[in-house]
Amino acid sequence: MRYIEPHGHMVSRTTDDYQAMALAGCAAICEPAFWAGFDRKTADGFYDYFCQLTQHEPKRAAKYGLPHYCWLCINPKESEDMKLADDVLALIPEFMKAKTVLGIGEIGLNKNTRNEMLILEKHVELAVKHDQLILVHTPHLEDKRKGTRLIMDVLKAAGKVKPERVIIDHVEEHTIGEVLDQGFWAGITLYPESKATPVRAVDMLENFASQRVWLNSACDWGHSDPLAVPKAMQEMRRRGHSAAAIDSLVYGNPVRFLSQSPNFKDPQALR
Amino acid sequence: MSDPNPLAGTPRRTRDQVADLHFMDARYKLLDLAAFLDRLEKASGPEDHRVRGLRAALPLLLQSGDDRVAQILHLWSDPSVTPIEKADTKAASGVWPGLK
Repeated sequence: MRYIEPHGHMVSRTTDDYQAMALAGCAAICEPAFWAGFDRKTADGFYDYFCQLTQHEPKRAAKYGLPHYCWLCINPKESEDMKLADDVLALIPEFMKAKTVLGIGEIGLNKNTRNEMLILEKHVELAVKHDQLILVHTPHLEDKRKGTRLIMDVLKAAGKVKPERVIIDHVEEHTIGEVLDQGFWAGITLYPESKATPVRAVDMLENFASQRVWLNSACDWGHSDPLAVPKAMQEMRRRGHSAAAIDSLVYGNPVRFLSQSPNFKDPQALR
Repeated sequence: MSDPNPLAGTPRRTRDQVADLHFMDARYKLLDLAAFLDRLEKASGPEDHRVRGLRAALPLLLQSGDDRVAQILHLWSDPSVTPIEKADTKAASGVWPGLK
């Protein structure tokens, strides 16, 4: 069965992972900009990273027949250094010209600090100014509920943000309802430990299933699984859900959200 | 929720069917939790705030209802509503340290 991986940090993965994902039915990969596991010291470091996301990684994915798209930002974990964040924000418009850029992301909050909030607001302004989709990272663990609410407050306060053009990622059982109720899309991230397992994700889909939810692996350099989405699909099959219903969730939903960007092409139309 | 549910067409499962699919998974996880608590008994030092949060969540497992996961996540969440001035770490611990 086919699926879209709407959130994978492929710069941290091997080409074997590309191959495994292609074999498992992946039809396209979208890669948000993120934290490298250490704090970059200069805007030049981000310049190189954005080149990697927009030029190098699409070529690597293409070797396995996979269209590769990306999102641009400075991650909230690096937003405490306001000067660096401003310098990186200034780089982004130039890279938006690349044909594989889908929008601004993954922006958001990490520890819910004032500086993180300020940089989040600047990212939202940038997205509105350039009519870009927004992909939001919500904080981890005990910080998630508070951060999710603060992020939605920022998005609403910006005034010109259309909720249907924003996906709030890493929702869990205590945040998914609020996110959907406010009109945003919700992303469920499948992690072995720290977010949702495939089994819990399918429970959420059964309880909240909506045309505004997607599943992703958010695979990166940490404990994560690039095949998490097909494993959730397997769990749906085990529970008796139809192939058409599964397809609408793991392929149809991401295609509908991402197609709001003129740069995204439905992989089916490319074949 | 006004959106149609793509999974709504699937027949409702019986409790036996759910147990057939997921009992062994839940069984080993419960035994792992018990082993973790046993391991803590043999260790020295004061109780960690994360373990305190875990113990506080256990009674929720025995309550009726179908939202235990959400209840536990709410219990472990930071209840404050305003941004903090500065963080002293990038990481989260899993349980709000102020939980009593």
